[in-house]
This record gives sequence, structure tokens and C-alpha cells, in this order.
Amino acid sequence: MSYLTEYLPILIFIAVAAALGVGFMLAAWVLAPSNPDPEKVSAYECGFNAFDDARMKFDVRFYLVSILFIIFDLEVAFLFPLTLSLDDVGVFGFWSVMAFLGVLTVGFVYEWKKGALEWE
Amino acid sequence: MLAAIAFYAMAATAIVSAFAVISARNPVHSVLFLILTFFSAAGLFVLMGAEFLAMLLVVVYVGAVAVLFLFVVMMLDVDFVELRQGFLNYLPVGALVALALFAELGLVASAAGQAGAGRAALSLGGPGEVTNAEAIGRVLYTDYLLVFQLAGLILFVAMLGAIVLTLRHRPGVKRQDIAKQVGRRRSEGVELKDVRPGQGIV
Amino acid sequence: MSDLIYSLSWAQPELWLAGFALAGALVGAWVKDRGAGLLSGAGCLVLIVAGVLAFQFQPRTAQTLFGGALVIDAYAGVAKALIALSAAATLWLGADHFRRTNEQRFELPVLTVLAVLGMFIMASANDLITLYVGVELQSLAAYVLAAWRRDDAKSSEAGLKYFVLGAISSGLLLFGASYIYGFTGSLRFADIAAAAPAGGVGVTFGLVLLLCGLAFKVSAAPFHMWTPDVYEGAPTPITAFFAAAPKLAALVLIGRVLYGPFAELTPQWGQVIAALAALSMAVGAVAALLQTNLKRLMAYSSIANMGFALMPLASGDPAGLTAALLYMAIYLPTTIGVFALIVALRRDGRAAEEIDDLAGLAARRPFMAALFTILMFSLAGIPPLAGFWGKWVVFMAAVRGELVWLAIVGGIAAVIAAAYYLRVLAAIWFKPGGAALQAPSATAMTVAFIGAALSFPILVLALGWLERVANTAVGASF
Repeated sequence: MSYLTEYLPILIFIAVAAALGVGFMLAAWVLAPSNPDPEKVSAYECGFNAFDDARMKFDVRFYLVSILFIIFDLEVAFLFPLTLSLDDVGVFGFWSVMAFLGVLTVGFVYEWKKGALEWE
Repeated sequence: MLAAIAFYAMAATAIVSAFAVISARNPVHSVLFLILTFFSAAGLFVLMGAEFLAMLLVVVYVGAVAVLFLFVVMMLDVDFVELRQGFLNYLPVGALVALALFAELGLVASAAGQAGAGRAALSLGGPGEVTNAEAIGRVLYTDYLLVFQLAGLILFVAMLGAIVLTLRHRPGVKRQDIAKQVGRRRSEGVELKDVRPGQGIV
Repeated sequence: MSDLIYSLSWAQPELWLAGFALAGALVGAWVKDRGAGLLSGAGCLVLIVAGVLAFQFQPRTAQTLFGGALVIDAYAGVAKALIALSAAATLWLGADHFRRTNEQRFELPVLTVLAVLGMFIMASANDLITLYVGVELQSLAAYVLAAWRRDDAKSSEAGLKYFVLGAISSGLLLFGASYIYGFTGSLRFADIAAAAPAGGVGVTFGLVLLLCGLAFKVSAAPFHMWTPDVYEGAPTPITAFFAAAPKLAALVLIGRVLYGPFAELTPQWGQVIAALAALSMAVGAVAALLQTNLKRLMAYSSIANMGFALMPLASGDPAGLTAALLYMAIYLPTTIGVFALIVALRRDGRAAEEIDDLAGLAARRPFMAALFTILMFSLAGIPPLAGFWGKWVVFMAAVRGELVWLAIVGGIAAVIAAAYYLRVLAAIWFKPGGAALQAPSATAMTVAFIGAALSFPILVLALGWLERVANTAVGASF
């Protein structure tokens, strides 16, 4: 369990961050004057009631871009261990990774030719 | 001692925020609680010695998947209040399933004490030896070659699927075509008209 | 290194499939959807080549490849041949159908072949990770295929439902696999087999959860909820694909897991399989009576049929596995044939999928009506059609395995099931009228004809050969 001490600074950091966040929220809640009345809390948008919800339909293209990002993000996740173990796995491991990247490169070329990376 | 405190704090956060995911009224809050759940789970992984997994959880799930969830939640123009109406109807069935799973977990936990099979194989590389990521790297590209390449193919299917299901081209969109733009000649773009005085261009 | 070359030489069918998928995506990206027909043809060809290779070049004894991740044996060879051939038939059907409806896209053969690659891995899995990766590769491609008609609400719903429920089942499967790993200390089937008897209650729970996940994939009740909606929503040729190859792959995988690493635990999993089989047969038979849509009816029919296929496994006797394999070999062409007829059936430019749409078929298209009759009789298990012999084999195996009660449940279910098959036939032969039928596609009719011809008389005549093949396959592997 000795390696956990290396994580102590992170733990302290999280604790401080959490304490600060909660502290400010509590302080605002306790200290700030709050005296609501119907006029104060009612919606005010240039004199109109809000027309509709702030949430609206996004174009599906945003989704496509983000999902393609996730795929390559995962691909990179597979490559992290290589940085540490290339000495051990040697040429075999290297070419194994190249084959993996080759498959994804085919996918990338496919995406490119399909025009999925273009923003119209 | 500190490890125990950290464990209980993070386990409690994970459970509370997981519950908040399904009980939050606002779906955006649900996603934020989901991120908190992932984060606490990452902390638990660290406590168990699985550093690499913990970092992956943060990078992939918190960094990418949760952001995608936010996208989706914002993209869906659904009345979530209405969607929740059925929640109470399914609660008894859901509770029953949860109860069964809990009973199962309890039974297995009690069994874990007795069964000794495979204990040795399960121990992680202790401190002072190689790091998690290195240990994974040593086997992932060689011993687990087949699964590694199949994982690549699964990602390939995901690419194909995302494009097949969502990509559509709008007709009549002008795109930049640098070769065409640069290759344009003066003769294609300029036309000289002899304009006679008083008649204008016809 | 030498292990790799050795492994690759045995994994040639898989390499063909992976190579086609990559090359197909590249070629398709350049030639666009114009090349869809050509790529589909090439896809069918590659599937057939892979299936034949897998069947033809079987090792004498089981060979483990890639450091033990994969096993090539006669059992996998037979399963792969059946998977590849039925997938090729449905791909041919799909390519033709989408060409007619003007929706052809070149990703269809690519995704189909990738799904088949996943099934090949499932059939050959020799450890828990390979099992999971194979299942996932197959399922992921299938989710996309289910939502193929992306502008159609029902098809999108089918894709979404399949995906969400499939993800839950994958979760169960992984959860179970983690228990098994935790209590046996290994992922390899051989090591699990050695450690499982001493694993106690933890291994049993893991196994049950694993079985739940796999039961989802074969759509055995009570994990069948997704089947009717997905079958109805997905385009018909793709439904045909779902009804055939993935079912066999999942069943073969169940057989491999149960008879391999968990052979010692037969008393534990025997009752689970018996319950799954009994429930599937009952649910499939009773719920199908209420259906008016042909595709939903076929969905319940496939649930019931998976029940019949699971029934002989419950005994834990290798003969049961032989019977299940034989049953599936007879069931696959029949069900593909029925779906081919549903594809071919179009009225006024729309697909005729209701039972009422079949009215007057006998008067207008007697050949189609005859094919329908043969296939439905075979599904209902009327002698002397192949379907009868399939049922005969599984019932005999169940009785020999001392599961008489299960055989009785199956018998009752088969009688009820015969009622709805006959209802379809009654609509075809005795209901008058109906709008004009469009000329059926030649491809769909050919597939239906092959299915019917296999149901009667080819498979009936080849029954002895088929049984020998299944017997040696199971005998050599377990």
C-alpha cells in the first residue's frame, strides 16, 4: 500500500477543492440576504415570458463528430501501455500495434472519403 | 487508516451520486452526477492498485463518454417530466430485480471467504514491481494479440456504424476545393465587355 | 512468432472475412454506393469461401491458436460452415431487396461480414475474453444493421431497442465472466474446467449470469423481449439474417461453454437450460397465436424453435449437443426460406407483412403458395418434412436424457405452434381476394426455393450424412 502515498497530494487536492466548493455554496446560502417575492423570482426576458425551453435540438452532426472522437480516444487508450513496454514486446509488439493502427487507418480513410469529417 | 477513510468517502460518493443519476429531475444534473460516479469509481480503482484503469476511466469515461452523454441529453428535445411518469409503475419490478442482485452479491460475498481457488492468480503486481500500464503492455500486444486486433475491428465497426446511421449530405452545399480554386485561370473568371456609351451591359 | 504463423494458417477463414471487411470499406469509399451490388456479390463469395474453408480444413484434433485464445476443431468447423452459408444467403437476399427499393449502400456486405467474423470467433472461443469480444463484434454490427432504414421510425426503434437490451445482456455476461474469473482464477476454458468443481457457489452464479447474457443472444424466454420488436422493425432481409446465423452462433457458444469448461457442473446448469427451453417453447407457442404480423409471428416462432434447440442440451449428454446442432442445421434453411418469401411478397409497392395480406395468394401465385406450404409444414414439424425429423431428433435426445417432462412440454408447444402455422396456410389457401401482387424478385424466390428444397426432400435424404457430421463434430471436440 506504500504506492498510495504517492496519491496523497491528489487526495488532499480533492479534499481542498471539495471543501472550497461546498464552503462557498454554504456561505452564499447562509450569508447572502434572500428575500424573494413573486415579482423578483418571475421570469424576465426583455419583458416577455420565456417562449420555450432553453434546451433545443442540436444538429446530429455534433454527435457524429463526438462519436468519431471517442473512437480515436479509445484507440489512443490502447496505445498508452506501449510507451512503457516497447522494450519488452520488441519488434513483434511493434508490428502488432501497427496492424491495429492499420485497421483504424482504413476506418479513417473511409471516414475521410465519405466526407464525415467535413463540416457543411 | 487514510486508505480506509478514502475508500469509505469515495464508495459513499459513488453510491449517493449513482442514486442521484436516476433520481435527479434535470437530465443534465443526471449526467453531472454520472461524471461524479465515474470519478469516485476511478478513485476506488486507484485504491485497489489499478492505476491504469483508473486513469482510463477518467480519460475515456469522464473526458469523452460523459461529454457525449451531455450532447445527447441536450440533443433530445423530449419532455423529461412526461418521460418520468412511468417511473413509479416500474419501480416494484425494478426493486425486485435489484433485490435479487443484492441477494446474489451477498451470497457470493459469503462464498468468497470459503473458496480459495485461484487466489494466487488474482493478486496484482505488488509495489516495487512494474506499473500497471507496463504490466498490461507486456501482454496486450503479444499474448493477447488476437483480442487486441479484434478490439481494433470492433472500433472499426463503431466507425462504420456511426457514419452509416447518422451521416447525411445536404444537397447544394458549396465546399472549399482548394485545387479547383487555385487552378482557376484568368480566362475562366474574367470576361471583358465592350460597353458602348449610353447602352449599358446587355 | 512461429506460433503466430501457425495460428494464422489455421485462422484463414477469419482472415478472409477481416480482409474483405477492410478492403470492402476502402473500395466502397471510392466507388461509393454504385459498387454496392458488386461488393455484395464479393461478400457472398467470401462468406462461402470462408465457410467451405472452415468445413474442409478441420484439424484431426482440436488446435488451440494465438496462445490458447482460439480453438479450431470439428465442432467449430461445422458451425462456421452453417453460419457462413446462411449469412451468404441472407446477404444475397438483402442486396437484391435494397437494390429494388433503391436503398442500397455498400456498408451492408461489410457489416454483415464483420458480424459473421464475430460469430466465427464465438464458435471458436477458448477463453472468456475471446468469447466476449466475439459476442460484441457480432452484436455491434447487428445493432447497426437493425437500424438500417434510418429514416423509418420502426427501424430506428428496432436498432435502439436491440442496442439497449443487448448492452444489458453484455453487462450480465461480463458480470458473470468476472465471477468465473474471480473464483477459478483463470480465463482459459481448460483452466476453468479444472478449477470449476471446487469453485463453489461463486462459479455457479457466474455461470448463471453468463448464461443469462447468452440466452439474450439466442432470444430464449425470459430474455426474448427484444425479439418481436426488432424482427418487426428491421428490414425483412436483415431480420432473416438475425433469425439465422447469430442464433446458431450463440447456441454453439452456449454448447461450447457448457460442455467444455463447465462439463462437471451439469446438475447446476442443466436445470437452467431446462427452464429456458421450457419457457421459450411455451412463450413462443402461445404468444404467436395472437400475432397478426407475419414478422412478429416468425419472431415468436424463432423463440419457440430456440427452445426446441436448447431442450436436448439440458441433459448434459454430448448426444444432446449433436441433436441441437442437427436441429439448427434443419431449422436455418427453413426460416431463411420463409423470410425470403416475406421479402418477395409485395402488394401495391409496399411490403405485405400482415397475415391478411396473404389472402388469395394460392389463386394468384400458386408456386409461391406451394413454397409457403412446404416451409410452414416443415416448421410445424409435419412428417415427412425435414422439420419433423429435426423435432424427432431433439425429442429423442431429451427422452434419452431422462427429461421426459421437458419433452412433454415441448410436445404440447409443438401442437399449439402447429395451429398458427396452419393459420397462415389457411389465409393463403382459403381466404379469397386481396389486392394484386407484384411480380416477386427472382433472387428471393430462388432463396425461398432452395430453402424449401432443403426442407423437402434434400435434407431428409441427407439426414444420415448430416447426423454423422454432427456426431463426429461433437465427438471429436467434447
